[in-house]
Amino acid sequence: MNVPRTALLASFLLGTLPFAFTAHADSVLLENGLIHTQGPAGSLKGGSVLIVDGRIRAIGEHLSAPAGTRVVDLKGRAVTPALFGGLGQLGVLEVSEESVTDDSTLHLGQMRPEFDPSYAFNPDSVPVSVARVDGVGFAVLVPGASAGAKGAPGSSILHGLASLTSTDGRGPLAPVALSVTLGQDAGPLAGDSRAAAYMLLSQALEEARGGQTAPGEQRLLTAAGRRVLARFIAEQRPFLIELDRAADIRTAVAFAAREKLKIMIVGGAEAWRVAPLLASAHVPVVLNPLDDLPESFDQIGATLQNAARLHAAGVTLAFTLRASPHDARKLRQAAGIAVANGLPWAAGLAAITTTPAELFGATAEFGALAVGEPANLVVWSGDPLEVTSMVEAQWLDGHERSLRTRQTELRDRYLEKLRAGRAR
Amino acid sequence: MLNPNTWLARRATPLFAGVALVALSTTAALAADSPDPYPSTYAVSPTPALLIRGATVLTGSGARLDRADVLVVDGRVAAVGTALVAPVGARLVDGTGRWVTPGLIDLHSHLGVYPSPAVSAHMDGNEMTAPVTANVWAEHSVWPIDPGFETALEGGVTTLQILPGSGNLIGGRSVVLKNVAAVTYQAMKFPGAAQGLKMACGENPKRVYGTKGVAPMTRMGNVAGYRAQWIEASEYLRDWKEYEAKKRAGGKAADDAKAPKRDLRLETLAGALKGEIPVQMHCYRADEMAIMLDMSREFGFHIAAFHHATEAYKIANLLAEHGVCAAMWADWWGFKMESNDGIEENIAIVDAAPGGCAIVHSDSQEDVQRLNQEAAKAQARGAAAGLSIPPERAITWLTSNPARALGIERQTGTLEPGKMADLVVWDHDPFSVYAHAEQVYIDGVLQYQRGASGPPRSDFLLGQPATSGATP
Repeated sequence: MNVPRTALLASFLLGTLPFAFTAHADSVLLENGLIHTQGPAGSLKGGSVLIVDGRIRAIGEHLSAPAGTRVVDLKGRAVTPALFGGLGQLGVLEVSEESVTDDSTLHLGQMRPEFDPSYAFNPDSVPVSVARVDGVGFAVLVPGASAGAKGAPGSSILHGLASLTSTDGRGPLAPVALSVTLGQDAGPLAGDSRAAAYMLLSQALEEARGGQTAPGEQRLLTAAGRRVLARFIAEQRPFLIELDRAADIRTAVAFAAREKLKIMIVGGAEAWRVAPLLASAHVPVVLNPLDDLPESFDQIGATLQNAARLHAAGVTLAFTLRASPHDARKLRQAAGIAVANGLPWAAGLAAITTTPAELFGATAEFGALAVGEPANLVVWSGDPLEVTSMVEAQWLDGHERSLRTRQTELRDRYLEKLRAGRAR
Repeated sequence: MLNPNTWLARRATPLFAGVALVALSTTAALAADSPDPYPSTYAVSPTPALLIRGATVLTGSGARLDRADVLVVDGRVAAVGTALVAPVGARLVDGTGRWVTPGLIDLHSHLGVYPSPAVSAHMDGNEMTAPVTANVWAEHSVWPIDPGFETALEGGVTTLQILPGSGNLIGGRSVVLKNVAAVTYQAMKFPGAAQGLKMACGENPKRVYGTKGVAPMTRMGNVAGYRAQWIEASEYLRDWKEYEAKKRAGGKAADDAKAPKRDLRLETLAGALKGEIPVQMHCYRADEMAIMLDMSREFGFHIAAFHHATEAYKIANLLAEHGVCAAMWADWWGFKMESNDGIEENIAIVDAAPGGCAIVHSDSQEDVQRLNQEAAKAQARGAAAGLSIPPERAITWLTSNPARALGIERQTGTLEPGKMADLVVWDHDPFSVYAHAEQVYIDGVLQYQRGASGPPRSDFLLGQPATSGATP
């Protein structure tokens, strides 16, 4: 087997299991692990996963492998499905401050729900690989929104299409949602009032439904925009609505019910205050579990207990951060923090695996370990929600993946200089 | 006679020990010569003695003591050891299964100057009206009501350096605060702590001013900008020294001597040249830090710490040789070009250089709540790279090392007898996502007790309907 020298070095340094990265669709038996299937089989202590030609062939307690299959003793280590990286700009933004490297946001001053940033998705983007080696397998690419600077055109309250993406080198996988802003941030995009955002959204929905405009009246949408919006309404596909204020969430839920839209709340700093409503209306929350300060007047009620309270009330919960794509790897820490603040551990893991896969139509590949599916899984040195745990090996789309990135290259270059006393 | 703590004795290089001596003597001189016109009114309320029994204690001076006791009397650490006896009336805390560390110190905070909520009226951290505003003092912007102080306290943070932002080449003076509830910042001001001087390298100042078409527009413009200031400050300092010498000489020369005109900007810079004001320098790139080290030698001042320093790992030996600390994040990177080479082993590599001084800072109202977790990440990444860092070592990144960079290492930052009893009782090993600060003491006074109910500390949050229970 042709093992790169650097991989051997890393394995030696880490004192980890003898995984060997290969480029082939893999056949391997991972045995004696703590397998968090996130499916009906639950968590198996002393469990095994058999991967044959890149697909999960079996999950169980005493599996035997076909002759010649590589066998790895996990020594009790945890295995999870590949993690969710949250909603954000992973794959279309390289360096935040350099706008030429950011294709996430449309500044045309027009309402273009048909804007699809996934055309710009770059699987070779360094933030993608950095997220991947910390266990992130899938994410949702969401268009950004911002007002234009000094009279320049800005975005609109309907930002465009959100797409499921993977970190395994493939392109974007599928458009899965439409992204909308209705809270404080909608003000600058809607004539300086969040109330006007509903006025504009109502008009757009009416146009999409074929409503007639008076002669000479300005349409908001292009024909393509009307088609996209009409499809989302007809197929009951989700609108991602960024909201924090409890009153805004109530208003949006009522608006969606009237307009017969399927919605999810994104952010949700005060969602706990309307938890019974969200549970009964079956509105999921893609929550930033770290919000605990009144960073805006929409977040006065922000608390670290948000996730635990929503879960207790029966609200469907996935997690995201309000952060750049460089921080996608930190979502599992956020899940750990939610657990430290009262969320059951299993719910914390579900919020970064199973639930987002279900919400964004990714269950055929992500969110749970299931027989027949491509291997998308991670072997952890410890509790996957613990900050000191690290990825020891991972399979994505059936292939065992290298844990090398530009960052590990930098690390090794300068570790060598340090050891020689020449880091200067 | 100085009594350097064990940490100094263990790690000091001759250069560094010299620097520490200068810093200590000048702090005393400053207090005597130029009384603070905005003096600290911080006062420690009388409180019973405290005895924590049977805890795992990380002293902050490099030691770990298992099943140890910590005794606090009159707001000071009285003893750390075994079988300590509680004075009559002492508060007793069962430390079984718990960990005790010094209170955490955030070397880089904008709490109070960029408070929550982040509305336009609260943008008080960056006086971006000129590239050099050494005349401004961050303390005059601090809003003590910032709810972020309380959430930082809940994370075990007992001391913070509040800095001006990094939009300017020279942003102004910082202030060191005790993290206590107060109506005025003076009542939070760390007694005797020197102010710092905030400077910034790289992208921020050149972007702020370059986009307006004024200097600096480039990195070379940045450096020319600092050097012009240091030249002016050197002359200012010389004029004052000449004046003071004439005064001291007495006679007609003293009578005729005319005091130079006071200048707030140059006063600050002269304070840095005299070693009275530690220089706190925002700088990401290795090459720019090296330029700043040369510049500090050119004009004769000492840089206490590089802040952010995402490339400190490239020059870990150089920084250690200069006795300069690096204050870093565990894993921030990529938000601009100068942070594009950030790696998760940065802190551990800086720590590993002989004499290295690594600090975990926050620069964030969010991360300041979890400095322990940030250190845990750095420790784990270091260990995976072959750099073994026990918890008693990693805790120095959050305690004694930032204390050193602030020049308050003789007052706080370790649990050595005589130090201020700034300490945290953790519910278990603090280097974990699941760890909580259960109790936080500042000068021996219990400032936070996990689970205790009560109104919010911040006036802003008081009586807000949105903080009350769920609505249907």
